[in-house]
Amino acid sequence: MSQPESAVADAQAGGRAGGATPKGESLAALAERHGLRRSIARPALPVYLRQLWQRRHFIITYASSRNVSKYSNSVLGQLWQVLTPLLNAAVYWLMFGLILGQKDKPGVGGNYTAFLITGVMVFTFTQRSVLGGAKSVSGNLSLIRALHFPRASLPLAYTLQELQQLGWSMAVLLAIVLVTGEPITWLWVLIPVALLLQTLFNLGASLFIARVGAQVRDMTQLLPFALRTWLYASGVFYSIQEQTKGLPDLLRWALEANPAAAYIQFMRDLLIYERVPDQWTWITCVFWAVCALIVGFLYFWQAEERYGRG
Amino acid sequence: MAEMIKERSHVALEGPQASQGAEAGKKTGTPTVIVDDLHIIYRVYGAASGHEKGNAANALMRILRRQGRPQMKEVHAVKGVSFVAYHGDAIGIIGRNGSGKSTLLRAIAGLLPPAKGAVYTDGQPSLLGVNAALMKELTGERNIVLGCYAMGMTPAQVREKYDEIVEFSGIDEFVNLPMSAYSSGMGARLRFAIASAKTHDVLLVDEALATGDREFKRKSQQRIQEMRKEAGTVFLVAHNLDVIEETCNRVIWLHKGKIKMDGDPAKVLAAYTKN
Repeated sequence: MSQPESAVADAQAGGRAGGATPKGESLAALAERHGLRRSIARPALPVYLRQLWQRRHFIITYASSRNVSKYSNSVLGQLWQVLTPLLNAAVYWLMFGLILGQKDKPGVGGNYTAFLITGVMVFTFTQRSVLGGAKSVSGNLSLIRALHFPRASLPLAYTLQELQQLGWSMAVLLAIVLVTGEPITWLWVLIPVALLLQTLFNLGASLFIARVGAQVRDMTQLLPFALRTWLYASGVFYSIQEQTKGLPDLLRWALEANPAAAYIQFMRDLLIYERVPDQWTWITCVFWAVCALIVGFLYFWQAEERYGRG
Repeated sequence: MAEMIKERSHVALEGPQASQGAEAGKKTGTPTVIVDDLHIIYRVYGAASGHEKGNAANALMRILRRQGRPQMKEVHAVKGVSFVAYHGDAIGIIGRNGSGKSTLLRAIAGLLPPAKGAVYTDGQPSLLGVNAALMKELTGERNIVLGCYAMGMTPAQVREKYDEIVEFSGIDEFVNLPMSAYSSGMGARLRFAIASAKTHDVLLVDEALATGDREFKRKSQQRIQEMRKEAGTVFLVAHNLDVIEETCNRVIWLHKGKIKMDGDPAKVLAAYTKN
């Protein structure tokens, strides 16, 4: 029954359009004649970047609002931003430092506490950005289905949220580094550079994983394992150089070329070893930052009009 | 049934001529929204249906048999809808629950990608709804700012509209409390106040009038009328047929994702209530 009726309705809609326009003109042609555009179309890259820039206030407010609301139900509130990585570091110190004896290995540089906490803080920043990015689109479907904005705002806001949290973690990290006997040097000037490079990488990774997470639902189950493997491979609680002694060079290179390991190495050079990072560390850090950002952004943008469908 | 079809063909014949009469807005003749054979397919991830128990062994068997996940269902919510909306139109969309009304609105807003067909619009249609951007743990004040930014306003516009939003919502000193402390009516009022603070070319309203107390209903209906004057075209989804009758000059009746009837409010509403 509904079949012929809808046919009539369609014909009627066509009839209305046809009445106002030359006979036989299709709706698409009518739209074109009046300069109407398809409401769902992916904007060109420069336009998209401009739209994102126009939404900067939303991105910033959304990030800080999420930070405020996230801990609003716990007694210690915002303090957990710092407590969580510290507690993690304490567990690792006990397990790897004390029980497995990494504490006194020569590659660590004598100050295992600072070595470990630097690693944990730097890795946590990337880890949380990736985890947040994976959920940024799939966890905000109702927002995507209700309002119009460049979707890259979401992974961007999630990464920014992590960056805001990092502010606190960095303060604690620097305090611990000082307490454990490392001096303040001019190298600390390079800390913002290190964080900038890492943030760019995190942003790219977050954009990339956001699209994957939006299309592959099982991502959220799989991601924790992938991230834990990454954690173990990144030399957070051991020195890669020390542990890979006697193993093929290729393996060491592979481990050291890993972006997380490179950003950790960079920060440890500045805070603990008191030296300018060597050229390979620089090259790896810059390469990953630029590469991840470009690839991640393009990959995310290419599916812009499809987010929110399933 | 024959009666209804006759009625519809009558409207169809009248089509453009009728615009000279009651539907005065169409005289200008410029279409603002063209929906061309639109199909929308949703993917829903839900529990397995009765005969398939959702245990691990079954999941493994499915993967081995390369059947994909049965939990993933496709819902064909809009099935080939076509119509043209003109400048000055206020179009009511009616139909039972699940007939695809809200989906159609979202597709017009450009928020759901069509599986087939297309929606052409003049300017950016916007949905009157900001709920998803708000966070209940935050104060009303923060939520107003957040919601305004989410709709794409600039900081200057937010400052300008802030007092108006607080006043319209009538939540007074509650603005400094988290939204989780609000009664459901207060929350709804604040959400409507935020959502309606922005002016739009093509405005899509989804059930916004069903909230709040009587006084607020009157206020918000008035606000919709004002917005209709400012906007080129208004689409209104509501179950309350009185609202549709008062506000709209054209009604589209959706049934199971298809247009069952499209035309003059009195005629379509009469047929709809008889159904």
